[in-house]
Amino acid sequence: MSTREPGFRRDGSWVGASVPRREDPRLLVGRGRFVDDITLPGMLHAQFVRAGVAHARITGVDLAEVLATPGVVAAFTADDLGLADITAVLDRPPHEFVPTAMPVLARDKVRYVGEPIAIVVARDPYAVEDGVEAAIVEYDELAPVMSDTAALAPGAELVHAEAPANTLVDVSLFATEGIDDVFQNAPTVVRVQAKTGRQNALPLETRGVVADWDDRDEQLRVQTCTQIPHQVRTVLARCTGLAERQVRVTVPDMGGGFGQKCVVGREEIAAAAAALRLRRPVKWIEDRRDALTAAFLAREQRYDARAAFDAEGAILALDVDIVCDMGAYSCYPFTAGIEPLMASAEMPGVYRLPAYRVRGRAVTTNKAPTGPYRGVSRPQYVMVMERLMEKAARALQLDAVEVRRRNVITVFPYRGVNNITYDPGSYRESLDLCEQVLHDEGWYKVRSDSQESPDRVIGIGYSCFSERTGYGSGAFAARKMSVVPGFDISEIKMDISGTVVVSTGTMSHGQSHETTMAQIVADRLGLDINQVKIVQGDTDRITYGFGSFASRSITIGGSAVAAASAKLTEQLREIAAHLLETDVDNTELDGAGGVRLRDVPGRGMSFADIAEIAYLKAHLLPKGVGPGLAATASFDVMGDGTFSNATHGVVVELDRGTGGIEILRYVCVEDCGVAIHPQVVEGQCRGGIAQGIAGALFEQVNYDDTGQPLCPSFMEYKVPTAAEIPDVAIHHLETPCAFTESGAKGAGEGGTIGAPAAVLNAVNDGLRHTGVELDDTPIARESVYRALEGTYRD
Amino acid sequence: MTEIQLIELTVNGERHELAVEPRRLLVDVLRHDLGLTGTHVGCEHGICGACTVLVDGAPARACLMFAAQAEGSEIRTVESLAGPNGELNDLQRCFTEHHGLQCGFCTPGFLMLAEGYLAECPGATKEEIRDVVAANLCRCTGYQTIVEAIDSCASARRETP
Repeated sequence: MSTREPGFRRDGSWVGASVPRREDPRLLVGRGRFVDDITLPGMLHAQFVRAGVAHARITGVDLAEVLATPGVVAAFTADDLGLADITAVLDRPPHEFVPTAMPVLARDKVRYVGEPIAIVVARDPYAVEDGVEAAIVEYDELAPVMSDTAALAPGAELVHAEAPANTLVDVSLFATEGIDDVFQNAPTVVRVQAKTGRQNALPLETRGVVADWDDRDEQLRVQTCTQIPHQVRTVLARCTGLAERQVRVTVPDMGGGFGQKCVVGREEIAAAAAALRLRRPVKWIEDRRDALTAAFLAREQRYDARAAFDAEGAILALDVDIVCDMGAYSCYPFTAGIEPLMASAEMPGVYRLPAYRVRGRAVTTNKAPTGPYRGVSRPQYVMVMERLMEKAARALQLDAVEVRRRNVITVFPYRGVNNITYDPGSYRESLDLCEQVLHDEGWYKVRSDSQESPDRVIGIGYSCFSERTGYGSGAFAARKMSVVPGFDISEIKMDISGTVVVSTGTMSHGQSHETTMAQIVADRLGLDINQVKIVQGDTDRITYGFGSFASRSITIGGSAVAAASAKLTEQLREIAAHLLETDVDNTELDGAGGVRLRDVPGRGMSFADIAEIAYLKAHLLPKGVGPGLAATASFDVMGDGTFSNATHGVVVELDRGTGGIEILRYVCVEDCGVAIHPQVVEGQCRGGIAQGIAGALFEQVNYDDTGQPLCPSFMEYKVPTAAEIPDVAIHHLETPCAFTESGAKGAGEGGTIGAPAAVLNAVNDGLRHTGVELDDTPIARESVYRALEGTYRD
Repeated sequence: MTEIQLIELTVNGERHELAVEPRRLLVDVLRHDLGLTGTHVGCEHGICGACTVLVDGAPARACLMFAAQAEGSEIRTVESLAGPNGELNDLQRCFTEHHGLQCGFCTPGFLMLAEGYLAECPGATKEEIRDVVAANLCRCTGYQTIVEAIDSCASARRETP
């Protein structure tokens, strides 16, 4: 491990340099191409008739007035389109997982307000809204199930008839032998009961699609903003009955995703099916109201966690019950298991935990369904773990950072009680450095001075955590996913001019892969970065990919582009050796776009010279090489992946008059191994932290008792702005990963994971003199106010 | 709503004659009738600011204006910022240098917000800039680098008038 500053280019390499982003010029001049920027000749516009009630049997759908609306071209119900359902499955026994079908359009029953019932297609986006308003849907209403506790209550109305007790996933894992005795005999047992609010990942670009049937290619062409183009292709083919070759999914520029676009949306399937039926291009752009009420949501979880500690503050055991409110449907491909399985598998986190027992459940309710969202469960379980550490420190009258220090894993590789092997990280070092920074900056003095003053309430809080990245086939197979994402395939082609086009199965939606992947390739080939073009998001040009999620792109996709580059290098060296009449072993890349002789470094051939032979004078090639210059390589991780880690330190000031919470200082000490592009890593940290703060302090999707969403606009769903999000000071540690090609670990989610815990701990530190401890997010201002006023009642 | 109005708009110095429904929003005319797709739609209710354009020099939400309301005004969109050969202007260069954009969807709105604000208040402090940046939403950056980019552009403009 070493400490270094970002922004310089090490040893003349591209990796490690914060080079100008390749994506920026087009985005800055207004020439990015997002899905709503696409117009095709004769294009029609779609919107959906959506459920106005949360739980009901559909008794009638009357679209006559819709079809009579000026400009409306067609309207289809589920029966009209006859599409197969979307069903996500886990390879788990029935007592652990119940598969449920998600129809593309609701057929017999609606299960949340906003569920699509019919698709309306019109000549322009205004007329289609007129048409949607003219629809008449009749319901036989059922009792809405609006919370996890209501879902699990005896005799509750069933959201899905096939799922008893409204339970889609129920796993009990690990259950270390003798764990009950440990709790019985432990000097200290602390308990956290916490609930976290439902959130919207909220990419600023809403979901959308443009689909058309191409007679010449005999293909349904689907341009959609998705993180997982190949999985969309598979579902589209299955739903419509087309062969996969008859579906081409391409992805234009994407305005964020954060997981919400990492599942297959029923609207994109319905719009494509309408285009197929009408043989005309159809565009659907989700409006913000639908994005806030009917898109995939996340994060609503309830924890009941107990932890046993010895008298010195060492954790002895953890026993947790986790219930995740997954809303109305299982998402494809991850299923409703995404949150409970992540939390159950990974909760011990950075700590040496000898005994562990967990029960993780997914319950179904009449809310918009849950998909992945940046961090997936880790913001929640890290928060609970960090609250347990704080509570243990209080119970034992120890310093909370010191309690963490006594528990963090320091010897690697570490085999956890959760059967996961942790590769080397800097848990202890990040904790020490973060605390040191806040000390050196004088914040402890600010806090102690505040204790003298009745006006100021200052709190300091930390979170220390890791983030598993580079989930390969091994890790997802262990989750028993039926679709096992893991590998990535990369194809590299060198053209006659000696420049390369490299494909990746990952899908950037703001993470800068056109730049960072090119840096990796440029280093491997000794090319200028401008000679490298990255291709992504096209199911016809890319053999297969699992897209971008779980901070997998640089660890797995970045390793695949490096492996493909290495294979191409071998071809280049073989051809050059043959033409220069020497052994391959006597050749090497010259670092300037060519191959040279080791023994006579002045003698060599440029890539363009080699490529000209490979394509235009193939008769000169050595036997068994070429013609052409192309290579394909894949990368996968069969082990447990690699763990990034960080410690966040937060200073808050609480307002006695309003219960307001102001973040005075935010320090992040992160370790994502080798940073390919340090400025991009910092951008991921800061953006992630902003989303974590949003969950801790601002955002929550609420419903009334009947299931009506209470946050249909940005007036009710508070997305923080520059007025609320503080500057973040970032310090870097570097523990290179031993098995990714560049030593990189993932960096996409850590910011979001660490922020809620650190903010919540800081608020509780501010409240320490009141005896009140708050464990739920978003943190209610009223609770802070009442705690400070002395009138708080739990 | 089939009534059609003839309107005349001046966008980025160019005059256009259009036949539109009275309810047609300025942002839809810019994007879909004039093909200026750099201006984005993020919320359709005036909160996110992705559709920010300049109307007679002042930042305005193009999703909250009917196209007909913009008649007689000078409208500027993000497409007006770069030079004739696509070279980035100083504000755009500051955004890329400070990594003030990730997915880039909100970026045109922030650029036009900053363009209008700095023209009106060239002496703005970093804190004043932060207050103005709070008018728009970004989901990727955490705002810090957007504030830094605009502040650095403002400082550079003050140093080289």
